[in-house]
This record gives sequence, structure tokens and C-alpha cells, in this order.
Amino acid sequence: MNLREAVRIALRGLRANRLRSVLTMLGIIIGVASVILLVAIGNGVQSSVNEKIQPLANLITIVPSVGNVPGGAPPKDLIDADVAALQDPAMSRDIAAVIPAVSGKALTETDSYRFRTTVIGSTDRWLDLNNGDMSAGSFFDDAQVRSTARVVVLGPSVASYLFGKDPAAALSHTVRINRQTFRVIGVMQSVGEPGDSIAVMPLNTARRYIFGGGDKVNQIIAQATQASAVPAAENDVIRVLSDRHRIKDTANRDFEVQSLRSRLDTFNQILRVLTLFTAAVAAISLFVGAIGVLNIMLVSVTERTREIGIRKAIGATRRAILEQFLIESLVLAGLGGIIGIGLGVGLSVLGSVLAPTLGPTFATFAPAVTIPSVVLSFAISLVIGLVAGGYPANRAARLRPIEALRYQ
Amino acid sequence: MIQLENVTKVYRMGKVEVQALHGIDLTIDDGELVAIMGPSGSGKTTLMNILGCLDVPTSGRYLLDGTDASRLSDNRLAKIRSRKIGFVFQSFNLVARTSAVRNVELPLVYAGIRGRRNPARQALAQVGLGDREKHMPNELSGGQQQRVAIARALINDPTLLLADEPTGNLDTAASAEILRLLGALNDLGRTVVIITHEEEVAAFAKRVVRMRDGRIESDRVQRSRTEATA
Ligand SMILES: Nc1ncnc2c1ncn2[C@@H]1O[C@H](COP(=O)(O)OP(=O)(O)OP(=O)(O)O)[C@@H](O)[C@H]1O
Ligand SMILES: [Mg+2]
Repeated sequence: MNLREAVRIALRGLRANRLRSVLTMLGIIIGVASVILLVAIGNGVQSSVNEKIQPLANLITIVPSVGNVPGGAPPKDLIDADVAALQDPAMSRDIAAVIPAVSGKALTETDSYRFRTTVIGSTDRWLDLNNGDMSAGSFFDDAQVRSTARVVVLGPSVASYLFGKDPAAALSHTVRINRQTFRVIGVMQSVGEPGDSIAVMPLNTARRYIFGGGDKVNQIIAQATQASAVPAAENDVIRVLSDRHRIKDTANRDFEVQSLRSRLDTFNQILRVLTLFTAAVAAISLFVGAIGVLNIMLVSVTERTREIGIRKAIGATRRAILEQFLIESLVLAGLGGIIGIGLGVGLSVLGSVLAPTLGPTFATFAPAVTIPSVVLSFAISLVIGLVAGGYPANRAARLRPIEALRYQ
Repeated sequence: MIQLENVTKVYRMGKVEVQALHGIDLTIDDGELVAIMGPSGSGKTTLMNILGCLDVPTSGRYLLDGTDASRLSDNRLAKIRSRKIGFVFQSFNLVARTSAVRNVELPLVYAGIRGRRNPARQALAQVGLGDREKHMPNELSGGQQQRVAIARALINDPTLLLADEPTGNLDTAASAEILRLLGALNDLGRTVVIITHEEEVAAFAKRVVRMRDGRIESDRVQRSRTEATA
């Protein structure tokens, strides 16, 4: 008896016991589908977050440390000279741009409305470095920075609250901030709160009219030449500033250097662990499916003991019986695996189609099916088939025909 | 030709031993039609299982066409069953949820023979079930199932046809039909051994072996075969 014949007998056996076959497969289908889907969702979340953060991943933010070192020198503020030192190309090969920023809370008012905003003063590069976009008008330029022009660019929440939904409606109007009047020259696109409730103006404009003079800055934004250069750039920043602030002990640093990249790495690490964990949970369900298959194959073999006796009596060899049951369970597991893959991939695709309709938070979310998860879960289901079928099949094949025939 | 030499069979169930056969000597020539009779528990089925290579004797020799089948491996026994022996059981023993024609084909499948559909159809037609090919066993009457079993038993062209109470579950008309079929097969030269309780069936055979308590009590050759339909 050749293999094709064995496959045919096995298929016929499965078709003869349709309900049982389907139920057996169900465990594997659900297991495989959930492994694939959960891994895909994990990957989707990761790439969605990466996609949002990647453009900002080469940014380094430097802020003054809060708090004082007991017994140490009073902390120094970050000042324009620090910015200038960092801007010196000789200081670092890994820093592409450095801009200062001052910021604080203030009310932004029209005649009829007022809105609590974060006012930021910076240079014309601010929009570019923060990867922002304009939805109406334009950002202020270098000339306006130099001339301390009384212009302001509003975040979308501020503009729509004060001037209505259409961002263009805000243009050329004036707003009052800290009882000073500024002309609105642009409205930015949404980046999500709290980044939408801001008003940005030239650095010295903000100093002169809102925060008071001085050369203090609240924040320095440095852009590394590329995301992978961030650690080197961070070191350069620390070196330059420590030098300028005469800091010998790292614990006494009066500034903090933060980058999204290191946070992104941490986040990705956490997410990988989570994805692995959910995949492990799904793998457990696959394992439970495997026990289901084993159980049903055992019952199936016992239930068909008589059939085995008949087949042996009319000439089936031990190997023929073994093949029949082994192929039956392999086909069950393989078919279950394939359907599970189809279901898992299908649900992932459905997820990526439906996600954007759930709102802007999910706009870039798309579950990403990975080949290893597909290959691995299919391989596991075949192994399940081999083991779950092999054991009872071997038992069945060993039965002596008269014993099997006598079985009621 | 079948030769049993001092065959015994002991069943062991834990500590209890049941001796089902005590030294059976029996020779059956090719083309004979033998009925085996005897009270319940006398060892008929045990003997039949050994004749059909479904079981091996505890001691003694069983020569089937000159080969000692009493000491063969599982696989060799399966091959002999596949090539030489056709079985008809009291309880039909068709594979459930498998059509009549498929059931008849099975021995050919295990013998590795291709082009099975036509022989299987012919065998079914031969037992008068040409119009029941696609029926499942549970869609057939007892007599019809037994005829499918006979078609299955003869599809391999076996030299030895063994029937363990083939009519035990059937009414007289159906029994007569089964006996007629077995008789016709014997007429074609096959050796046929029938186990039976019924005297009418025995009367149909050319030779009657009577058993009691695992021994052969008598072994008579009858003059001529009478028809069992009487
Ligand atoms: N598998 C077995 N295990 C233990 N004892 C058995 C087994 N099979 C048969 N026997 C015993 O062997 C003896 C002969 O049994 P066997 O089935 O050959 O009788 P039989 O002549 O076919 O009877 P019947 O006419 O009722 O079918 C009986 O005493 C029976 O209890
Ligand atoms: Mg019996």
C-alpha cells in the first residue's frame, strides 16, 4: 500500500467523522490564529509608535535640573552662552543643530475668549526640529527673530477655540498674551495634546514682552545628525555643559539631557517582552489545543478498535494502520494550522483596515503579521499532529486482530 | 492444503489459564467444504482464528500450503491474510460509514493492487448487490451486509474462505442465500470452512467436524451435499 492510498484512507476516515474532525481542528485553529494575531498586534503597536516617534528620535532635550545639591554650588541656569557653545561646530561632529527655547504658561486672549496656553519663544528652526507642519499661514522667519517681531504662531486647539474651526480664520487677527498684542501669522497642524495648546513666537519677543529679559533659557533642543548618533551627541552635550558649569561629579549635574531615542528603546524593549508574553499565552492555548487533539485521537482510536481489527483481519499490516491514524492526525493538525493561519492573517488585515476608523490615535496602527510566527505556529501544529496521532496510532497498530475484533 | 498438528491454545487472563484447544489434528484438502460444529465454548472460534492467521497456536504446528504459520511475525501473518484468506464473520464486521463498494475494495487496497473499482463492482454484482454499491453498512439489511462481507472475502481470490457462523444473525431465507453463495464459491474450487450451530447448515457440507471441550469429537464425510433450503 503506497502513501497516496494511505492519505486517501485517512481523508475518508476524517470525512466519515466530520464533526469530530472539526472539533479537533478547532483547538489548533484558535491556538494558531491567536499566536499569529497577538504577535501581529504587538508588532503593529511597535511600528506605529516608532513611526510617530522616529522623526523625533534624533532630538536631544536639555533642561535645567530641579532642586539643589546640598552643600554644593548653587545650580547654574542654562543661558544663551551655553547654546552658543553647543552651536560651535568644533564641539561635536554629531550635533547638527541647536536651538534655545523659553516657555511658560500664559493666557491667550481675544476680545471675547481666553485660552490657557504654553507660550514658547524660540528660533525659526523650532518648527522644523519638532517635525511640525503648518495648516495655515507660515512660521516666523529668521528676520522676524532678529527684529523681535510681535508675531505668534498658534497651536490648532488655541486657534480653533479663539477663532473657530477654520485655521485660516485666525490669520492677521491679533491676540493678547500677558496684556501685549501679537499678530497671528500661522496655525500649526495637530500633533496631539498637550502640543496643540501652544503659542510660539520669536525667542527675544517672548523674553521682552512676556517672560522678562535676561539670557536664561528653559530648554535647549539639539538635533543629532542621525538617530544612531544620539548617544555620541548626548555625550558631547554633557561634556560641553559640564565643562562650562564646572561640574566634576556627575551627581551634581545641574542640567538633564533627555532623548526620545533612549525612551523609545526602553519602550520597544517593554513591548517586545509584552509581545513575547502574549505570544506565550497564545502558545499555551495552542498547547491546550494539542491536548485536545491527543484526547480526541485517543478516543477516536479506542472507538475504532473494532474497525482496526476488521482492517487487520482483511490484510492491513501494522504499518498500514499506523500510517492511517498518523496521517489522519497530521491532516487534522495541518489543516487546522492552515485555517488558523488564514484566520490569524485575516483578522490582522481586518484590524489594519478597521483601526483607522477608530480615530486618529489608531490612524497608523496596523497589525503586522510576521513570517516567523506563521512558520513556527504551523510547525508546532504539525508536531502536535505527529505526537498526538503517533502515540495512539502506535497503540492501535500493535493491537492483535482478534483482540481488536472482540472489542465492543 | 491445511494441516494442524497437535495444536493447542491457552488463554491467559492474569493467573487464570483457559485451555481452549487440546491437541487438535486436522487436515483439510484444497476444495473441501467443511462444517465445524459443537456446543458453545467448545473452541470453534479459537480454531477458526488460528486457521485464518488472526491468532497463533500456543503449541503445535499449523501448515498452510506447506508454510508453518504458527511462528510467523505480525507482518507475515498480515500478508498471508491478505493473499490467501477470506473471512466472513457472524457479526458482518463491515467498516462503518464506508460504502459497500469501498468495503469490498479494502482487501485489494492492503494487498497493494490497483484498478480496484471494477473487481469490487463485479464482486458485489456476484452476490446480487450490484445496485447497492454506494450504500453505507447501516443502510443495508443484515443479509445484505453479510453478502457485502462475502464479496469482500472473495475479492482477493482467496484459496481459503472462513465463515464463523455466517448465518447466525439471519433468517432462513437470507441464510439460504448466503449458503448458496458459499456453495457456489466452493464449486469454483475454493476451500470453505463454515462454523455453525445449525444442523441444516451442516447438512449442506461435504464434511462435518464436531468439537467438544477443545477436542475433535468426530470427523465425518457425508455422501453428498444437500440443499439447505429444504
Ligand atoms: N480471549 C479469550 N480469553 C480467554 N478465554 C477465551 C478467549 N477466547 C475464548 N476463550 C475461552 O476459550 C473457550 C473457547 O472459546 P471459543 O470462542 O473458541 O468457543 P466457540 O466454540 O466459538 O463458542 P461459541 O459457539 O459460543 O462461539 C471458551 O471457554 C472461552 O471462554
Ligand atoms: Mg464462536
